[in-house]
Amino acid sequence: MNESLFINIIIGISIASTPLIFAAIGELLVERSGVLNLGVEGMMIVGALLGFIVQFHTGSPLLAVLAALLGGMAISSIFAFLTQFLLTNQVATGLALTLFGLGFSAFVGRGYTEETIVLIKAIHIPFLSEIPFVGPLIFSLNPLVYLAFLMVFLVWWFLFKTKQGLILRSIGDNHDAAHAIGHNVVRYRFMAILFGGAMAGLGGAFLSLVQVPIWGEEMTAGRGWIALGLVVFASWQPFRVILGAILFGGITVLQLHAQGFDIRISAQYLSMLPYLATIIILVSLRIRLKNKTNRTVPNCLGRIFHSTS
Amino acid sequence: MSNSRFTSILKLSFLSVVLAFTGNVSADPVKAAFVYIGPTGDHGWTYAHDEGVKYAKEKLGDDVIMTTIESVAENSDSERVITSLARKNDIVFTTSFGYMNPTVKVAGRYPDVKFEHATGYIRPDNVSTYSARFYEGRHVIGKIAGRMTKSNVIGYIASFPIPEVIRGINSAFLAARSVNPDVQIKVVWVYTWYDPGKEADAANALIAQGADILMQHTDSTAAMTVAEEKGIHAFGQASNMREWGPNAQLTGIINDWGPYYADRIAAVRDGTWASTDTFAGVQQGMVKFAPMANMPTDVKNEAMQTIIDLSMGAIHPFTGPINKQDGSPWLAEGETPPNFPDLLTMDFYVEGIDSKYPN
Amino acid sequence: MIKLIPRVENSKAMVLLSPLLALTLTAVSALIIFIFILDDIKVSSVFFTLFVLPLTDSYLFPELLVKAAPLMIIGLGLSIGFRAGIWNIGAEGQYVIGGITGGAVGLYFYNVEGFWLLPLMAVAAIVGGMLYASIAAFLRIRYQVNEILVTLMLTYVAVLLLSAMLQGPLRNPAGFNFPESRMFHDSALLPIIWEGTRLHIGFILAIILSFVGWFGIKKHMFGMQIKISGSAPRAAKFAGFDDNKTVWYSLLISGGLAGLAGFFEASGPAGQLTPGLPQFYGFTAIIVAFLARLHPIGILFSSLLIALSYVGGEEVQIEYNLPSSITQIFQGMLLFYFLACDILIRYKVVFNKTKN
Repeated sequence: MNESLFINIIIGISIASTPLIFAAIGELLVERSGVLNLGVEGMMIVGALLGFIVQFHTGSPLLAVLAALLGGMAISSIFAFLTQFLLTNQVATGLALTLFGLGFSAFVGRGYTEETIVLIKAIHIPFLSEIPFVGPLIFSLNPLVYLAFLMVFLVWWFLFKTKQGLILRSIGDNHDAAHAIGHNVVRYRFMAILFGGAMAGLGGAFLSLVQVPIWGEEMTAGRGWIALGLVVFASWQPFRVILGAILFGGITVLQLHAQGFDIRISAQYLSMLPYLATIIILVSLRIRLKNKTNRTVPNCLGRIFHSTS
Repeated sequence: MSNSRFTSILKLSFLSVVLAFTGNVSADPVKAAFVYIGPTGDHGWTYAHDEGVKYAKEKLGDDVIMTTIESVAENSDSERVITSLARKNDIVFTTSFGYMNPTVKVAGRYPDVKFEHATGYIRPDNVSTYSARFYEGRHVIGKIAGRMTKSNVIGYIASFPIPEVIRGINSAFLAARSVNPDVQIKVVWVYTWYDPGKEADAANALIAQGADILMQHTDSTAAMTVAEEKGIHAFGQASNMREWGPNAQLTGIINDWGPYYADRIAAVRDGTWASTDTFAGVQQGMVKFAPMANMPTDVKNEAMQTIIDLSMGAIHPFTGPINKQDGSPWLAEGETPPNFPDLLTMDFYVEGIDSKYPN
Repeated sequence: MIKLIPRVENSKAMVLLSPLLALTLTAVSALIIFIFILDDIKVSSVFFTLFVLPLTDSYLFPELLVKAAPLMIIGLGLSIGFRAGIWNIGAEGQYVIGGITGGAVGLYFYNVEGFWLLPLMAVAAIVGGMLYASIAAFLRIRYQVNEILVTLMLTYVAVLLLSAMLQGPLRNPAGFNFPESRMFHDSALLPIIWEGTRLHIGFILAIILSFVGWFGIKKHMFGMQIKISGSAPRAAKFAGFDDNKTVWYSLLISGGLAGLAGFFEASGPAGQLTPGLPQFYGFTAIIVAFLARLHPIGILFSSLLIALSYVGGEEVQIEYNLPSSITQIFQGMLLFYFLACDILIRYKVVFNKTKN
């Protein structure tokens, strides 16, 4: 295959998968603490809008990214307050968050549909990006792509190499026991939810600041739901999120390319592949794990915690 | 009776007769409603309709009261929206094919209300249909693309394999081929009218596969932004997308619905409305073009001449000899196709297109 | 210091008061938003159009019922699974498959008249929805694959399948190549029960099913099984309840009902199969189920309430030129407030002056 076409495809995949990586790694941390937040789509779209608005008015990518982050956090705090302090059902509250986020962003964004902004461009790491083949492939990507990979690493490090991460995981597995030991379950979960919101906001901002410099209602087009599926696909292991996101981003991009190559499968059936592949890979992972006593689901996922002391 | 008195009575009578005739006709303002399939901010299909509404409002002033409703999905809800509008308006415009069956149903229940359905083909007594010969626009941009491409690959982002879209592809290809025998066209189907992310992905895929000019039959400005970023050329769709592609946009096909809307509403006002089918193009002013830019003078002049030829009805984008993709003959030398069935139900690629026809 | 103390038993007063409180809070928030965004329009008339008009207008009221029917049916099916902790998030996909299978039968017998056609289509739709949901059940039982993921992914697959069917085998041959099916012939259309409207027999069936569901959960052993399995799976196992059976029943029932709703939509208000069949009823029904606290009769009311917000919201859009996002915002807010006020039923709010 033509080298530059190959590079183009890889870059296309990185663009398609990065929003998913952000959103999924955030939700992974949240679910590890035992909370299921179905509002990812709502948080992403708010991030996309706020990032766009700030970039439009200030022209500063840094401020725009920050705004998206804070916006995601702010809207996730509604979910955090309701589920952690008012003990509401997480599934319903998450859905309400999605609904509200979509409506809110569509409403506030009405004045921005005819505007355009300057995109955040890819960077070329000096020296490294000159290396033939590997250079353009790995060292010339968008800074937000590198940020996404960094976040995955940081989440892994936090969960498995720090004391707080251990505590968070123990809360996810048995919140009553963790509480009995003296850990503040509500605080850990609240912070985790805010982090999830920040990441989802970043994921959304990637769409409006990197992929297409426009704002459109519901431009997230269901990526938040796919991110939720990705977390399960990754069996709540951080690095597997990257694998899943690449799979999804990859097949979506490849399907478009395949049309260009005139591959004779109808576009709809080609489009089904990422979703079916996710299920198949998950099943095969389970088959291989069958003999291990590896318990992957955070035990308390979705259950309401209420301290009685 | 004195002379002057007689004259004044005559004047008064004359005046009242005149008033009696005109008073009837310029009574209450016409209440017109428009159903949009997307947001006006798409700067594409719906935006163009909304611009038409604004034009008609300006032209007719107080003679019309306009109501518009955006983003009405093409499902069973649309019947309710159309009905609610029919209850309060004199004429309802439904601006997408998918509203056809609901429009016809509601028209049956409200025989005194007029309906105008865009791109449809069913016409009860109180329903008109209207569409534009966008393929004439494709003919012009096809020629420009044929001249401007260096890689000889035109990238086409297509929505759904319906006749209107197929017409556009065929017309663009034939025009490009007519000035550039080596040019080829690559089509990617995105199965949506509006999804900026997906349109951008499709644009990138086409560019990666060698396209250096983009055409689209989708509604957002995403592909234009990609073209601008990648330093290639593209054409605006349904509106002037210059703002998103100052260096990229060569020209754009502009759907000019304004004069048609003004005419139809005026017809309701004047009591002359009747069910018609309108399939208008450059000649009638329904298909217009954004200013030519980013191209050499000779290409521009050729394009302008093509537009003039179209506006005089001197040329037809589909003029034989043309065969179908499978080699079977379609049009003989000098022959042009009838609207029905050839154009309106077009379901084949013309000979020379490499891409496989979507099944 | 605000403390939440669990009540000894759920406050009966609050069961009625908390939804009212939630509605009031939503209304007040709506008021504030309207005052901000509306210049000359009277806020009271917007309220009237939003909440009262759909109930009093002779065209809008039956439309309200038409819109509530699928929410009721799907919500009922979902509530059964949710009680047992089985999260069928993909009811939308099962709804689409039911629409496809039911519609395909109707199209296969195009122009063949007979009373048997509609029941046959209904059976096909229910079976289609059940089969589709059974994939998730099988994967959960055999491979412990989470049903949230499977049903969600399969939803996308179902919508793509609909698109493929409408481009291919189910497409109207006389339809100028547009991706739509033929209009269903008379025998394949649901009978209308209110002359001159779109209110079809599916609405009556929805109400009947609600009562059947209520009865089933109240009286039948199966209901108890579901109640207990949800709250204490190990205890349930000791009592001899089969966890696997619960998974099958929950997914098959919710899948079958969702499929039925899909058929009702296609043979009712739509009258054909189009790409517009998926209307997020499967997701909205989740909200409907929760607002009703998973109670079948509650679902009857909450589906009407949500349908009201859709129909009223649409009228407000038309009448006052407000954007469609307003409806979404209010639905989200209503659910937020409802969930928040719900706590008053199970917990007492106590203000404590002592420091921790």
